[in-house]
Amino acid sequence: MEIAKVFFQESREGLDAMESGLLGLSDASDGETINTIFRAAHSIKGGSATFGFAEVAGFTHGVETLLDEMRNRLRPVTAEAIQTLLQSCDCLREMIAATEAGEALDQSRVAPLNADITRILGEPARAADAPPRAATQFPPPGATAASPACGWRILFQPVSDLLRLRNEPTRMFAELARLGTITVSADFSRLPELDTMDPEACYLSWLIELRGEVSRAQLNEVFDWVDPGCLLEFTPFGDVQPEIPAAPAALVAAAPIPLPASDPAAIAPQKAAAAGAMHKSGAESSSVRVATEKLDSIINLVGELLITQSMLAAFADGLDPSKLETLRKGLSQLARNTRELQESVMQIRMLPISFAFNRFPRLVHDLSRKLGKSVEIKLSGENTELDKTVLEKISDPLVHLVRNSLDHGLETPEQRAASGKPSSGTIELAAFHEGGSIIIEVKDDGAGLNRPRILQKARERRLIGEDQELTDEQIDNLIFMPGFSTAERISDVSGRGVGMDVVRQNINDLGGHVQIFSRTGLGSTVRIRLPLTLAILDGQLVRVGKEIYIISLLAIVETVQVSRDRLSNVLGGSEVFRLRDEYLPIIKLAELFDIEPDSNDVEDGLLVVVEADNKRVCVLVDDLLAQQQVVIKSLESNFRPVLGVAGATILGDGAVALIIDVRDLVRAAELRQRSQRAIRAA
Amino acid sequence: MTNKPKTLDTAAAGAGGQYLTFMLAGEEYGVDILRVQEIKGWDKVTRIPHTAKFVLGVINLRGAVVPILDLRCRFGLGNGDFGPTTVVIVVRAETKGGERTVGMVVDAVSEVYNVDMAASKPPPDVCANTDTVFVKALATVGGKMLILLDIDRLIDSSILDEAVSGTAAA
Repeated sequence: MEIAKVFFQESREGLDAMESGLLGLSDASDGETINTIFRAAHSIKGGSATFGFAEVAGFTHGVETLLDEMRNRLRPVTAEAIQTLLQSCDCLREMIAATEAGEALDQSRVAPLNADITRILGEPARAADAPPRAATQFPPPGATAASPACGWRILFQPVSDLLRLRNEPTRMFAELARLGTITVSADFSRLPELDTMDPEACYLSWLIELRGEVSRAQLNEVFDWVDPGCLLEFTPFGDVQPEIPAAPAALVAAAPIPLPASDPAAIAPQKAAAAGAMHKSGAESSSVRVATEKLDSIINLVGELLITQSMLAAFADGLDPSKLETLRKGLSQLARNTRELQESVMQIRMLPISFAFNRFPRLVHDLSRKLGKSVEIKLSGENTELDKTVLEKISDPLVHLVRNSLDHGLETPEQRAASGKPSSGTIELAAFHEGGSIIIEVKDDGAGLNRPRILQKARERRLIGEDQELTDEQIDNLIFMPGFSTAERISDVSGRGVGMDVVRQNINDLGGHVQIFSRTGLGSTVRIRLPLTLAILDGQLVRVGKEIYIISLLAIVETVQVSRDRLSNVLGGSEVFRLRDEYLPIIKLAELFDIEPDSNDVEDGLLVVVEADNKRVCVLVDDLLAQQQVVIKSLESNFRPVLGVAGATILGDGAVALIIDVRDLVRAAELRQRSQRAIRAA
Repeated sequence: MTNKPKTLDTAAAGAGGQYLTFMLAGEEYGVDILRVQEIKGWDKVTRIPHTAKFVLGVINLRGAVVPILDLRCRFGLGNGDFGPTTVVIVVRAETKGGERTVGMVVDAVSEVYNVDMAASKPPPDVCANTDTVFVKALATVGGKMLILLDIDRLIDSSILDEAVSGTAAA
């Protein structure tokens, strides 16, 4: 259960985020904080539902609903509510710890909190279909004894791969036991001989008698995550003294909840799990777990070493070479060693993307059954390596994207048949290198985005004006706006309006970029572009006046010297440059950054053709200097983000140089063109 | 990498503490000495585009990129020439975005005083304007008046407030 471990860890981090958010929260006007808390809760709920931890999911659902109402300002943020939510965090932490350790949950904590949340929500109507842990649904032991003599008879005949799908029948029984008194009889008739038995298969079926006032909805909730292939029959009974049903011949009567230890089918998987654990410990001996902070400090030091090395190299360049041949040799060796050391240190942080991809087959399997869709998932490029930080932060967005594809993108088999497609849909997850970036694609062959619907929703939510006209691409991009969700109902799967905006935010935080391409009736593709690493960049040093800037080599298409006949002035005064059959806008770095260049004449300088977001612009600089690898330093850590600047680095002479944000330049050029077009149109 | 000064026993009392004072256009200002990381000579900076005039640029402080503010310019005290006594006081401030290390250019470093906060007064209301919110208190030490600065507020507003620094105009 490597993946479940990831879930537990992520949940703990999510809880930490919730807690610190709650502690800093004072009123509803702090929308971003509430959003953060809400998203954390949403992720925990989604994850726990995926892994079948129904109790955690159910409890979190209440918390999430409360937060959602706060977020939408339907409910004031009171000190009492914050207190309850904080307690819920503690409680969830315990629940997660208990779930991880495989222990029973402490209901005495969960129930009163659930009652609190239900009370705050103040919707008595909700109580009926609320998770069965609300206080009212826990008759005290005394009451159980005198319980109403009505209840349900449940015949549960699971499919044989129930256990393989990680459903745990005993857990369901325990859940039922909480609703009332239960008597369970197991049917062993399908058990094969020991030597032909598949240890991971489930051969048992059960007849459960549940006494107590239990609604059908509560029962459904318990069996919510059971594979639809299982045979489930609910028969209500209402007589005062329900007779024990005449047991079928093969039905062995009446052990209470079958304990795993007495259940041969359950022992085997336990053994398998133990074997798996041993196997794992064997594999672990070849690797060492190191705290990320330690690693980061090594990486920083190596970065410093690189800077020192280039400083020495710059110094030696100015000395008399004849006398210093040995020094120069030593320095070039140092340069090579430093570079290699740095590369191998950076490698430590790299992990294959399969760590993020592996959870998807299971997720798709469960969700597709739940949604009644038939879906095949294809993975490719699982061995593509990514920086650990990038990998961790990309997992959640990917889950959202895959869920969205399943829930909104892919049609039901009937719809697919009607539009002449194979009844089974496909979701493809692919990772590959392109240039110096990693591309991750989530592709489905579903219906594509429903543009009229998106447009309508965006207008309803006043994300855009009533009469605003948008291109198809702009409409597609509306789904990335905060608070946007076209799902009609709130479901476990998706549709609270978190998701796409979180996806975009997480990816932007990583210095990446997300795009969506959709073709009506054919499907949609979400394309994520991520930097290989967050720490280092191959840079081209350029000079403008006295300033030195760095442009990422990856963004540079080519560099050209300009002749007058290839320049033209578009109406409005901005110059464009004809490169073969393309007209490219010229951005004068000196003008944009307000500095004094050697010359304002384009002919005297050099044009660096750069590309971002599939668009090209020319950047006018005075001179090209060296190319070198630079360590990216954040400008934000002591300052704030600056338009046009992606970060800073330290050059060989110890001076700081700014790294140009090419994407900002492209945007600036677009803005300029648009405003000029507007002027011309007017 | 940063040398955090050790907590001084004198400051633990809370009622007062040691203040490093510096000169700016003839006035003496004080900053809590526990916030001062180091004092260094004035050196060349790398300019940052789209920032306010008082943000001179950034420097390399042992591998960290640290912004440098011109305090004269920040307080609207005119442009002083950078002379031999001009220094950069590097302070650590708690801002909304977390801890920031920032350098401030001042005319000269003066003294370290023990200031009794009980004997100091809040700035008078009559001269309340945008700049006086950075003034924590006015203190009198040995017949001299010191203007004690609230470093957190000063740095926070100087580097984070986009309206002040004029990014919006870009």
